Amino acid sequence: MNQTHNHNGSRTLSSVPHEITLSATHLTRRFVGQTVIRDISLELKRGEVLGLLGHNGAGKSTTLQMLTGCLQPNSGEIKICGIDLARKPIPAKAHIGYLPETPPLYRELNVNEYLTYAARLRGINSANANEALALVKHRCGLNAVGQKNIGALSKGYQQRVGIAQAIIHQPDIIVLDEPTVGLDPTQIRDVRSLIRELGDTHSVILSTHLLSEVESVCDRVEILHTGELVFSGTTAELDNRDGKPGNLEENFIRLTEQHTPEESA
Amino acid sequence: MIRLIAMRELRSLLVMPSTWFVFSVLQFIFAWFFLNALETFLDFQPQMTQIANAPGVTLIIAAPLFNIAALLLMMLSPMFTMRLIAEERRNQTFPLLLSSPLSSLSIVLGKFVGLLIFLLILTSTLPLMMYTLAPGTQLDYGLILSNYLGLLLLTASYVSLGLYISSLTIQPVIAAIGAMVVLVGLWLADLGASTPNSPWHQVSPIHHFQNFNNGLLDSRDIVFFFVFSTTFLLLAMRRLDNNRRYG
Repeated sequence: MNQTHNHNGSRTLSSVPHEITLSATHLTRRFVGQTVIRDISLELKRGEVLGLLGHNGAGKSTTLQMLTGCLQPNSGEIKICGIDLARKPIPAKAHIGYLPETPPLYRELNVNEYLTYAARLRGINSANANEALALVKHRCGLNAVGQKNIGALSKGYQQRVGIAQAIIHQPDIIVLDEPTVGLDPTQIRDVRSLIRELGDTHSVILSTHLLSEVESVCDRVEILHTGELVFSGTTAELDNRDGKPGNLEENFIRLTEQHTPEESA
Repeated sequence: MIRLIAMRELRSLLVMPSTWFVFSVLQFIFAWFFLNALETFLDFQPQMTQIANAPGVTLIIAAPLFNIAALLLMMLSPMFTMRLIAEERRNQTFPLLLSSPLSSLSIVLGKFVGLLIFLLILTSTLPLMMYTLAPGTQLDYGLILSNYLGLLLLTASYVSLGLYISSLTIQPVIAAIGAMVVLVGLWLADLGASTPNSPWHQVSPIHHFQNFNNGLLDSRDIVFFFVFSTTFLLLAMRRLDNNRRYG
């Protein structure tokens, strides 16, 4: 815990240029008559880890799918490093690494084959693919399992392969949908420190329903509730909201309960 | 990119035991029919020497062999095409392709080419079987070539149709049944149409294969296969785009 806080401190002092890598404005998404996402705007800077927090079914995954071009918003605009995702999807997507809720793994391939394939798909040429593979395997602790079939790996390793495919091409924006789900405590710690490390040079956006995750890895947090953003600020701001410091959890629950549709109606 | 996706498709196919099972069973059936046709030919050979302008060995053996292959592929190709998109959806591996810097064209063509290469290898034993007769007799290579070309075009049309149906659903089994129903339906429409110039003949891929089967290269048939395959590939691309739009 202490370690991550120290880490946070040093990061704010470092001179990473805070350019905006991702900006989404007024995103709305409907599914058969039901509005799932209502007017969401997000902004992400380089060297920042943004947590998208919300209950199950709040629209976190849908938002991330839209940000990665897997799903088109009904209205609103997404810019990836200044490139419009709707108009120029191919150059825009080259800047994204995405880990969906279920890691997109071909179980019949081995780890090396799969990661090389992912790297090549993202536009790394074959000459540089081996280098990228070695680096990402080292980063995600996959050196021991390179020759193993993905289907034979444990859940924790599969999740790590999933993260590896999202970062192998060193994208500017890394989108992780519930990256620590189903991992044991040691693996969770490892993945979190990896995310912290990635956050130094890239922009990371991750979704979670765990407050502790937000607290330990995120610089900023956006709380999503029934398709709307109900809070946006730093973790410290959430902590100190309404002058009640140290009550992150209660503040979160209060925020998501205040905005239930029954009450606002 | 197309090559990359095609190679991945091929690789996934080749590491699955079921692929090799189908492969070996199909080779067995091909060989069975080949030997059967050869035996028939040898039995009738004395009688044929008395006919003027008797059909050659290639026509008697190769034509029925390729015809059987065309029918078997009609049943088999849905088993392979069902996986192409439906299984990626079901296993939730599709976001990898969707979030990569790829056009729908690359995705669709990559999968199409990958499976087509596999089926090409699968059927490449047919001309090889015919070639084993070369030391003993004079083969009609033109006929073998036109049959193989026809089979390739026919397979391409099967694969493109199967690919499109696979893009419509999340369940591979439904994709397989759907593709098979359409292909068998088109075949039966061709068989059932009584008048020789019925439009049903014209929409059936297997009808257009008949000319190739008899050694006749007709540009209309080639155009048909081209249009048929392109149409379904375009529909599949459209389907992928719509999927992003409507979820």
